[in-house]
Amino acid sequence: MTEIFDMTWDFIVLFLNENVPLIVGSVKAVVIAVGVMSVVPALVWLERRLMGRFQVRLGPNRVGPFGFGQPMADTVKLLFKESIIQASADKFLFHLAPAVVVVTAIVGFAVIPFGEPFEVFGQSIELWGANVNSGILFVFAISGMGIYGMVLAGLSSNNKYSLMGGLRSSAQMISYELTLGLSALSIIVLTGSLSLIDMVQAQEAYPFILVQPLAFLLFFIAGIAETNRAPFDLPEAEQELVAGFHTEYTGMKFAMFFMGEYINMVTMSALVTILFLGGWNAYGLPVWPIVAFAGKVIFLLCVFIWLRSTFPRIRYDRLMTFGWKVLLPLCLLNLMITGTIKVIWFP
Amino acid sequence: MSVTEQGLLERDKDTMTLNMGPQHPSTHGVFRVILEMDGEVVKTAEPEIGYLHTGIEKTCENKRYVHVIPMTDRLDYLNPPGNNLAFCLSTEKLLDIEIPERAQALRVIMCELSRIASHLVWLGTHALDIGAMTVFLYCWREREMILDLNEEISGVRMMTSYIRVGGVAKDATRPWLDGIRDFIDYFPAKVDEYEKLLTRNPIWLDRTEGIGAFTREEAINWSLSGPALRASGVNWDIRKSQPYSGYDNYSFDIPTQSNGDIYDRYRVRVEEMRQSRIIIKQAMEKLPIGDYKTPDNKVSLPPRETLHTSMEALIHHFKLVSEGISVPKGETYVPIEGARGEVGFYIVSDGTNVPYRVKLRAPSFLAIPGMCKIMEGCYIADVVGIIGSIDIVMGEVDR
Repeated sequence: MTEIFDMTWDFIVLFLNENVPLIVGSVKAVVIAVGVMSVVPALVWLERRLMGRFQVRLGPNRVGPFGFGQPMADTVKLLFKESIIQASADKFLFHLAPAVVVVTAIVGFAVIPFGEPFEVFGQSIELWGANVNSGILFVFAISGMGIYGMVLAGLSSNNKYSLMGGLRSSAQMISYELTLGLSALSIIVLTGSLSLIDMVQAQEAYPFILVQPLAFLLFFIAGIAETNRAPFDLPEAEQELVAGFHTEYTGMKFAMFFMGEYINMVTMSALVTILFLGGWNAYGLPVWPIVAFAGKVIFLLCVFIWLRSTFPRIRYDRLMTFGWKVLLPLCLLNLMITGTIKVIWFP
Repeated sequence: MSVTEQGLLERDKDTMTLNMGPQHPSTHGVFRVILEMDGEVVKTAEPEIGYLHTGIEKTCENKRYVHVIPMTDRLDYLNPPGNNLAFCLSTEKLLDIEIPERAQALRVIMCELSRIASHLVWLGTHALDIGAMTVFLYCWREREMILDLNEEISGVRMMTSYIRVGGVAKDATRPWLDGIRDFIDYFPAKVDEYEKLLTRNPIWLDRTEGIGAFTREEAINWSLSGPALRASGVNWDIRKSQPYSGYDNYSFDIPTQSNGDIYDRYRVRVEEMRQSRIIIKQAMEKLPIGDYKTPDNKVSLPPRETLHTSMEALIHHFKLVSEGISVPKGETYVPIEGARGEVGFYIVSDGTNVPYRVKLRAPSFLAIPGMCKIMEGCYIADVVGIIGSIDIVMGEVDR
């Protein structure tokens, strides 16, 4: 009996020793996925409280201290809601769409580095899900996938408002992904790498916003459009399209679209932080790298919320015009200048 | 799969029929418009009304004159004193009675306060339709003050029924007058605040300038009135052209614009809020001392304390309470300038205490055909902007 036990124990130890990266990776994956998902309620709370302040009202303040329990209460409510699927909907796609949105949003966060590696029990733990050498392309690719969720939701709902919302989101995505990619390209030119980790390490001396202010602005604007946030929240334009692509969704499926949107917001803020604000570099401030990173991300999230409460919604055709005729030429110009300077002075 | 009138299947059409309303967040009540869409562009717009039909006009034929006044509150529910006043003026013209000056000034204050409140609701909801949600809550903050004032004077926040045949329901109280003084000092800075958020905001300009424009002729031909008409360059305000309730004693401007688009309607209404404040200020300064209702006891109740001493007062009191006002035979129409345009009641009296026929001229109702015409060729996002800028109230459309 003892022998069997010892053998099993030996086997476990052996297995653990040989598969440390696998175990660490799995734990990290779970931690990141759960962490990202639990950021959503906090962000919903932050948004509602901040919007309340902007709009001379209080925001949720009844459930728990400072209303912090409100998002939990809402989640519980949404979980217990009846899931209504109208008879004319395409059932498979209708179920698939919210899953696509949430899964892509979480997967996109996998390559985001949010702190310097540190040592635990002789093991170097890296604070990112995966070190992909073309990290930025991975994020763009995944967020491009996410739009399928919205388009499918719009199509499968068999509702004209939803259809228009879905169409708008795909058009918006195509227009603004270009700007997003091209403005990030100037950073790639500066660092010569597609890896997000290399980009952060390249900004140890100064953040790239100082040398690329235009690219930062363009990237941030396109980022807002990419995440479907106000003033570019056309796909869900509440006042025109009722709720756009998620009009017909109820309960947790509806909440999943929200989760997707908020996770995308966090990813986009993290991406802006990494590309332009120096990632986890604290620039002399006595804080942990991860705190510096989180601080920058939270600041950008507040800017997202601030913009939402300030601006009216832009119109669909103007959004396209703005994307193609203003942002894109500016991007190309910025890229040209960056490239020229790089080639001439820093070959 | 539905079959259209031409016998085509819906899927063979090039356009898409989009049913907007009656349950839609931005049609300002239960207004329904059937849009024929080509992508995001509206080809034709067909209004469909009647979802809020309450039969108020017909009900009025069975109610005594005094009892009609609370019904008028519910027509244009954002501007109840205006409706009260329009009905009272028509009735008083048939009765041929003079209204004391204090009552007239109180009526003007009440109407202008409610015009501001109505424009605040309009600005808030209109900005919300275009996506600027913060303005909405700022406007609500100021409207709340006006509603508190309404509560102070009439006991009711919205459906005040304050203006009665022969005068007003109650004399001004001290807290009410103080509250109005505070409000007129406080309000201009707030209007500047709304303008700061919107007037030169590029997205707001983008969404409003040149959209939903009525030329001067079109505006007249579509029978628009009020701010929508004045935005198209027609300087026509009943407070100036046919003064009532002593509006000729106040000096104020009629703001006009020339393009007639959403932006101009916005500018006109914002300026009107400022002008209304100026009128209230003047009325407060020279608020005359005197009766708050006509001393004619055939129309208004005699003072309570005289009932114990005067037989005549007791008889008048009994007759008025049990029978109501008897209005001489005849028909009349007195228009006033409501928050949305010309409001007036056409009243036919057969000499009894109940009107024979009451017909409302509702500016929102008359604006709907022109509004739907102007939607054609616009984007769907502009449809909500146009509905918001015309400022329809379904209560007076489907009465």
